[in-house]
Amino acid sequence: MSSAATTSPSVDKVDGFSRKSVRKAKQKRSQSSSQFRAQGKPIELTPLPLLKDVPAPEQPELFLKKLQQCCTVFDFIDTLSDLKMKEYKRSTLNELVDYVTVSRGYLTEQAYPEVVKMVSHNIFRTLPPSDSNEFDPEEDEPTLEASWPHLQLVYEFFIRFLESQEFQPSIAKKYIDQKFVLQLLELFDSEDPRERDYLKTVLHRIYGKFLGLRAFIRKQINNIFLRFVYETEHFNGVAELLEILGSIINGFALPLKAEHKQFLVKVLIPLHTVRSLSLFHAQLAYCIVQFLEKDPTLTEPVIRGLLKFWPKTCSQKEVMFLGELEEILDVIEPTQFVKIQEPLFKQISRCVSSPHFQVAERALYYWNNEYIMSLIEENSSVILPIMFSSLYRISKEHWNPAIVALVYNVLKAFMEMNSTLFDELTATYKSDRQREKKKEKEREDLWKKLEDLELKRGLRNDGIIPT
Amino acid sequence: MAGADGDDSLYPIAVLIDELRNEDVQLRLNSIKKLSTIALALGVERTRTELLPFLTVLNVYFEYCLAVLSIIYTIYDEDEVLLALAEQLGNFTMLVGGPEYVHCLLPPLESLATVEETVVRDKAVESLRKISQEHSPVDLEVHFEPLVKRLASGDWFTSRTSACGLFSVCYPRVSSTVKAEIRQHFRTLCSDDTPMVRRAAASKLGEFAKVLELDYVKSDIISLFTALASDEQDSVRLLAVEACVSIATLLPQEDLESLVMPTLRQAAEDKSWRVRYMVADKFSELQKAVGPEITKNDLVPAFQNLLKDCEAEVRAAAANKVKEFCENLPEENREQIIMTHILPCVKELVSDTNQHVKSALASVIMGLSTILGKDNTIEHLLPLFLAQLKDECPEVRLNIISNLDCVNEVIGIRQLSQSLLPAIVELAEDAKWRVRLAIIEYMPLLAGQLPLTKSLCRVVVYAIREAATCNLMKLVEKFGAEWAQNTIVPKVLGMANDPNYLHRMTTLFCINALSEACGQDITTKQMLPVVLKMSNDQVANVRFNVAKSLQKIGPVLDSNALQTEVKPVLEKLATDTDMDVKYFAQEAISGTRFTLASLHISTKSDLPF
Repeated sequence: MSSAATTSPSVDKVDGFSRKSVRKAKQKRSQSSSQFRAQGKPIELTPLPLLKDVPAPEQPELFLKKLQQCCTVFDFIDTLSDLKMKEYKRSTLNELVDYVTVSRGYLTEQAYPEVVKMVSHNIFRTLPPSDSNEFDPEEDEPTLEASWPHLQLVYEFFIRFLESQEFQPSIAKKYIDQKFVLQLLELFDSEDPRERDYLKTVLHRIYGKFLGLRAFIRKQINNIFLRFVYETEHFNGVAELLEILGSIINGFALPLKAEHKQFLVKVLIPLHTVRSLSLFHAQLAYCIVQFLEKDPTLTEPVIRGLLKFWPKTCSQKEVMFLGELEEILDVIEPTQFVKIQEPLFKQISRCVSSPHFQVAERALYYWNNEYIMSLIEENSSVILPIMFSSLYRISKEHWNPAIVALVYNVLKAFMEMNSTLFDELTATYKSDRQREKKKEKEREDLWKKLEDLELKRGLRNDGIIPT
Repeated sequence: MAGADGDDSLYPIAVLIDELRNEDVQLRLNSIKKLSTIALALGVERTRTELLPFLTVLNVYFEYCLAVLSIIYTIYDEDEVLLALAEQLGNFTMLVGGPEYVHCLLPPLESLATVEETVVRDKAVESLRKISQEHSPVDLEVHFEPLVKRLASGDWFTSRTSACGLFSVCYPRVSSTVKAEIRQHFRTLCSDDTPMVRRAAASKLGEFAKVLELDYVKSDIISLFTALASDEQDSVRLLAVEACVSIATLLPQEDLESLVMPTLRQAAEDKSWRVRYMVADKFSELQKAVGPEITKNDLVPAFQNLLKDCEAEVRAAAANKVKEFCENLPEENREQIIMTHILPCVKELVSDTNQHVKSALASVIMGLSTILGKDNTIEHLLPLFLAQLKDECPEVRLNIISNLDCVNEVIGIRQLSQSLLPAIVELAEDAKWRVRLAIIEYMPLLAGQLPLTKSLCRVVVYAIREAATCNLMKLVEKFGAEWAQNTIVPKVLGMANDPNYLHRMTTLFCINALSEACGQDITTKQMLPVVLKMSNDQVANVRFNVAKSLQKIGPVLDSNALQTEVKPVLEKLATDTDMDVKYFAQEAISGTRFTLASLHISTKSDLPF
């Protein structure tokens, strides 16, 4: 079998400093997939008559023959080999696509294994190594699949087959089994976005039609995600898989099974820690919100999870977290809000005082959200003391005038909400700061004494204490 | 302060636990990192009240363990804090009272070994492995092994993954019934439902095999190995290849063919390139593990296939191993195997389409000449070297140049200079600065091997242009002052009149580097006049470098020249209109006086860049 990958689409950026683009433009990559190729021998297929040209009773038989022919896989890296036969296969595939769409009575029981075999022969392959050593989906152009002219038609055919009115899952399940699904899921790592898009549709149809495979599919997606988070940080199809999951979650029955809750807490939440979050954040946030709309009691663990994994050094991710949090707050129930408000606003207060103005700005935008404002107002006696000191400090010293202006608005809003508390906090601001400083000093003293102690004792009991 | 024995009420345990639970992550982290200090502080208190030091330490543990557990169970804590904790606990044996009590550390570490974050988990396993050695055989069975069992049958994959790393440390020191249980648990994990766990098991397979009795290696390990090597996921299969090395080493030669080779053959032809890559990458180890006979019959064809693999990644990995593989071939038919089987593949790789493959080959190919001897090298290898020296990819050229010395040993200077030198000299004018730099860097080495020809001098000129003064110095040391006087010095001094001020400065930098090696005579008679003349340069940068140079070469000059020639010029520069010139001139005036006394200044620290 051949053949994946790649002629690097040299859409060169005009960035004179990026060495990657230079290298890519120069190098004419020819890369094959890892399937062993039958080398050198030209491939011969005997042309068959068109399906529409034979009488109806003979069509199923001819259909099978054509399927068998299409199992032959060509080498697309060698652009000159077998040109005639490649064209023949392409037109045959095209014919098959049309045939399954319009014909009736073609799907005999014998056809199922042949269809699955043809699809497997064509699409299942070990994906080739990535073009660049560290493929960065945000920076690099994806490596496109060389055999796409055939592959696309095979996917197209398979989808039409799955969607066909005559399609019977009860027969197909013998051939579209766990092993098939596993290989299909591995293909989601393909660098070619066109392929992943087709895969998404295929998997979605299979999930819809094969009830017996659903749990298995979810579990395998679980494994892919866990590996992605904890082992490799590399998998190209995360966004597509999350998109499918989004619609799956939508259909979960209530009350949610423990399995689904575990998936949320142990898989979806840790997905936030991955470096390349921006590539699938929208889909991830959608899944999370779907879960919370199903079962509001999950709000507390979800928000605590987000706070646990809150980005420490990456401002870009921080802005994404704030966006997601606002989506969650949009659907939060007031009873849930009360449970989580303290740790939540401690974090928001930290974001508001971020020296990165986009982070501060994104956090301050919460005060433009009417629903969030109403929640804050209801709980101002708790939230105001948490927020006050950062707001007060920023209003005095943030470098960005736009942020200072936003902070003034927020302070004003708080003043209108609860003027007594506001005045009180203003009055005690200074003494609070002094108290904090004193506490800090006490801590330092404590540790210093402890260290002295260790030193003395270490001298005395030399040998017992490891250093 | 009252001191350690006086006022320990200062450190009530509550305060310390408060520190461990501080809201601020950074503070919490700091206090965790100083756990031993805390334990110690608590210990002192008990020392005072209970007098029995031994018991004190024990008490420390109980109090301390409470603190730790409360952290783990009550706080949904930051992974960073947990990581620090996992690490600390591995060093805690003495603080809980020595090996007798070390098992007390197991509960907190067990919790840590089930944490999601890989780094924390790995650290906890590392600490567990460490303290397992401090357990007595009895404690190992009573406390440690049950922990391993609990982890191995945990619900979530994290604990099962951690368990994989613990079997091999307890197996050797437990009774045979417990051993049987451990083997059973390992077997179960090898066929775990979750690929993460199977990967963990596969990666520990070799390590576990090493502690097993040979009979069990044959009965248990081989079947696990075979199963993992045909796992549905290639990420598992490739780990089995790694285990293959250790397993093959353990087995007697006569069993290898039937127990290991079928699997290894299958791996070398796996449909996933990742597995084949792994085989290529581990080829030397595998070769040593299976011995010469199997190498000859099986590995040679397998290696040929890997060198011809359709995936560049695999070819590159195999190309990297060419030299090592050939070196380790059985001596009696080494040459014949290389000439008939390996060399043809190597020849093809020289013109591979992928530059990584070619550059991997270029980094080892020169090593073949030592193995094949003079005649073969000249007849078969030299053309390949030449082709690679002219390769379009700079990396390839670079790798060849960097390994010239081993060819020299085999074929001698004459052959080398006749056949390769022209190509090398050409490279000194290469368009890629990296290649030029490599040539310059290797020049002292080349100079040691090549005769002093005109072409070498041309290389030298490039070195001068590139201001590679450090290498110039080495060259002069090698060939002596006279050679320098005839070849280098004129070129250097010639550049003093270059219209480009950067080149004029190069003259000064070269003089700085050369004066000491050339000696007083050349320096005073030939270099000094040029330097002095340059003090009138219109570019201030040149002038203050003159001042710096004068300071540098001062120690080499005789005192007469210093007084009559250098001093007046420096004094003139000290009144220059440019601030920097003035400054450096004054520096030089005071510096020269000092250096007269101290004799030597390292030239290296003042290289131009």
